[in-house]
Amino acid sequence: MSRHFTRRGVLRTGAVAAGGLALPTYLRAQESGYTNAPQGDTVVLGFNVPQTGAYADEGADELRAFELAVEHLNGEGDGGMLNTFSNKNLDGTGILGKRVEYVTGDTQTKSDIARASAQSMIQRDGAIMISGGSSSGPAVAVQALCQEAGVIFMAGLTHSNDTTGKDKKANGFRHFFNAYMSGAALGPVLTQAYGEGRRAYHLTADYTWGWTQQASIEAAMGSIGNWEMVENVLTPVGAGDFSSYIAPVLNSGADILVLNHYGGDMVNSLTQAVQFGLRDRQVNGHDFQIVVPLYSELMAAGAGEAIKGVYGSMNWNWQLQDAGSQAFTRSFGEKFGFPPSNAAHTCYVQTLLYADAVARAGTFNPCGVVEALEGRDTPGSLEGIDSESNTGFLFDGLGNGQTLYRAADHQCFKDVLVMKGAEAPTSAYDTLEIVEVTPTAQVWYEPDNPMFEGGDLGECNPGA
Amino acid sequence: MLGLHGRDLTLFLVVTALVVFAPVILNPFPIGSSLAQFNAGYPDLMQRFVIYGIFAIGFNILFGLTGYLSFGHAAFLGLGSYAAVWMFKLLSMNVIPALILSTVVAGLFALVIGFISLRRSGIYFSILTLAFAQMMYALAYSVLTPITNGETGLQLALDDPRILDGGERPTSLPVTDLFGLEMRETTVLHMGSWEFTIGAGYYFAGILMLIAFYLSIRIFRSPFGMMLRAVKSNQNRMNYTGLNTRPYTLAAFVISGMYAGLAGGLLAAMDPLAGAERMQWTASGEVVLMTILGGAGTLLGPVLGAGLIKYFENIFSKINDGVLHAWFGAVPDGMEDVLVTVFHPFVGKGWHLTLGLMFMAVVIFLPGGLVEGGTRIGRLFRRRGRNAGGAEAEAAAKHPAE
Repeated sequence: MSRHFTRRGVLRTGAVAAGGLALPTYLRAQESGYTNAPQGDTVVLGFNVPQTGAYADEGADELRAFELAVEHLNGEGDGGMLNTFSNKNLDGTGILGKRVEYVTGDTQTKSDIARASAQSMIQRDGAIMISGGSSSGPAVAVQALCQEAGVIFMAGLTHSNDTTGKDKKANGFRHFFNAYMSGAALGPVLTQAYGEGRRAYHLTADYTWGWTQQASIEAAMGSIGNWEMVENVLTPVGAGDFSSYIAPVLNSGADILVLNHYGGDMVNSLTQAVQFGLRDRQVNGHDFQIVVPLYSELMAAGAGEAIKGVYGSMNWNWQLQDAGSQAFTRSFGEKFGFPPSNAAHTCYVQTLLYADAVARAGTFNPCGVVEALEGRDTPGSLEGIDSESNTGFLFDGLGNGQTLYRAADHQCFKDVLVMKGAEAPTSAYDTLEIVEVTPTAQVWYEPDNPMFEGGDLGECNPGA
Repeated sequence: MLGLHGRDLTLFLVVTALVVFAPVILNPFPIGSSLAQFNAGYPDLMQRFVIYGIFAIGFNILFGLTGYLSFGHAAFLGLGSYAAVWMFKLLSMNVIPALILSTVVAGLFALVIGFISLRRSGIYFSILTLAFAQMMYALAYSVLTPITNGETGLQLALDDPRILDGGERPTSLPVTDLFGLEMRETTVLHMGSWEFTIGAGYYFAGILMLIAFYLSIRIFRSPFGMMLRAVKSNQNRMNYTGLNTRPYTLAAFVISGMYAGLAGGLLAAMDPLAGAERMQWTASGEVVLMTILGGAGTLLGPVLGAGLIKYFENIFSKINDGVLHAWFGAVPDGMEDVLVTVFHPFVGKGWHLTLGLMFMAVVIFLPGGLVEGGTRIGRLFRRRGRNAGGAEAEAAAKHPAE
């Protein structure tokens, strides 16, 4: 076979090929000065959500929300929250007159795969913004990737303090609330409901999010309700069977069980805790209680009866009565036949906020978008909070009341919902009821709070 | 040339040509056409092709030659990544020290794990390696979080020391380089409505893959390789003749562990992040699939298998209903919905299903993997006319499945 490769032949072929390839060479990125500048009359957004694995349900709901947001941006459907949004830059003609197209990918809830998927959206599909995610690990990983590649990352459901704490990035933004806010909102409600001086036993998912949530709840309950922590037991993620972790709770002298679990783990641990009869017990003269700090509709549906009367917190719920929430719930319900989850809400809002920021900046350049989302031109601040860091992009009408995208760490500050499992749900969708809308001032923290320190936004990166 | 002869040389040259022209070969469809969805010629995926190619080539040295089925090889991949990222953090953004350390660390761990696991063979060996890998995954995921950063994955930070790079704090995250050549450097070639992306990182990884492939050919053709094959065909007979086979199998285990470490280091060099999922048992299973799909014990098979699986994972998973509707937009509305419904379970989140069906088809009809398919096609052509066979098929024909 080797006789077919003569030196002359190889050289000639190589020279011709090289000449042909080199002829029309130029760098696409240099034309615009930033990565993936939209060409022609369309702009591509990348929606990167878990479509397989433990959080696939959340991912599917996020995709529906993205689809709806794109429809509304392109002027199809009833416009949803575009009609209630305090900024009126979006008129249904896409973004800056360019029609919005999108690509989707499967993160499998794994940081590695999420990055590969986002990378292909950026490199192959020319996505200018990446959004989505149902877990903090992939969110942090993709946020870092977007920072390096020079595109904007609008985080989906990510609740860990680290996303806008020690792992925050200039190109990344989070609308969802975080573990600290959950603790601050739950503290007074739980103290009022269950009394001071209770003894809490924590079961905590053994990874970053579980730890930050556990620390946040422990700190909040310790300072507000003077609760004492009996023990914190770390459980492996995806354990399935939690009975061996729940049995020791019975003799620990604790009268509260805090489940720092999410998704399928939470459904299993809560169901098993109730089956063990924990909630029928009397300890230290109190009724034994269970708390699930982070709730979602999909988990509530999975846990069924077990969730009745159990407290937790949420970013948003479709039962809210403001015009924005109602408009969104209506258009989502009409299209898909059931109300949206809070994961869907945050993804929808993030897409709109990105589009609005581009419109205000007048460019897709990530640095312009960052400036717009930080509210550099028209800085706003929340009323009633006396703080130097209370400055950023202020908006309203997207379902959480007045909201601040804080410039200092790209975290949204807004009201937080304290929820409780409904005692008498009328349908599969109102298994949770709103106990209290905790005002922003109560969940406010400074960017240098010890639970968030160690990070650095760095500078915005336009790539290329 | 290079100590290769005849068909080995042809095979090596063909693989070289494939690696060099991959950016063109993998982007056959013009930008904007509806088939552009199937283009795979972007740097990140091409890098994955060659890196997982290295991983599979190394795995094949153990599994293909000795028949020892390791179910924990992803542990070495993960180790390599962690070692590389730590080098980026502590020493320098240059990829060379990182790759050296990742290969060495993986080799050391392979020595220890192999020493223990190789005391058993068959299913017991597989279970032992699986147990080690899952242990390491669990450690990386939670217990060793100060070192591995747990679920989030180990990443670069602005205030890393980076001793050799001067140590001053940059304003944005530094990027990996090879003596100044940035790994993410790319040039886009426009030719009519086609676009080809030439990436520095891809070619660096591609060259390492060629070196790895060359070494693998040499091992396959060496007396050492012959000894490993003998272990596979009848280890008892070897032992009865008074020959101790364990040093040979251990050497094969360590070599393939080092290949995996190199692949892991390269993954980190292209994208400086190391996550624990890289060590999970699913990742170990994936490399087994790659090798069997392509053809265990063949030279080219593992590379083909790696490419195919990564292609499915990255391309098929991106086809959503919107894309399907665009494809079938020309047919009448009723038909369109039917077609979309029919295809829906096989694309997007259903890519696992398509891959699974394909794997079944290959195992049932082509027990020797894709390479056997190539061989059969090659034979078909040769029967018609002696010169009609494609170079690749002929090359494949040289190494029939075992």
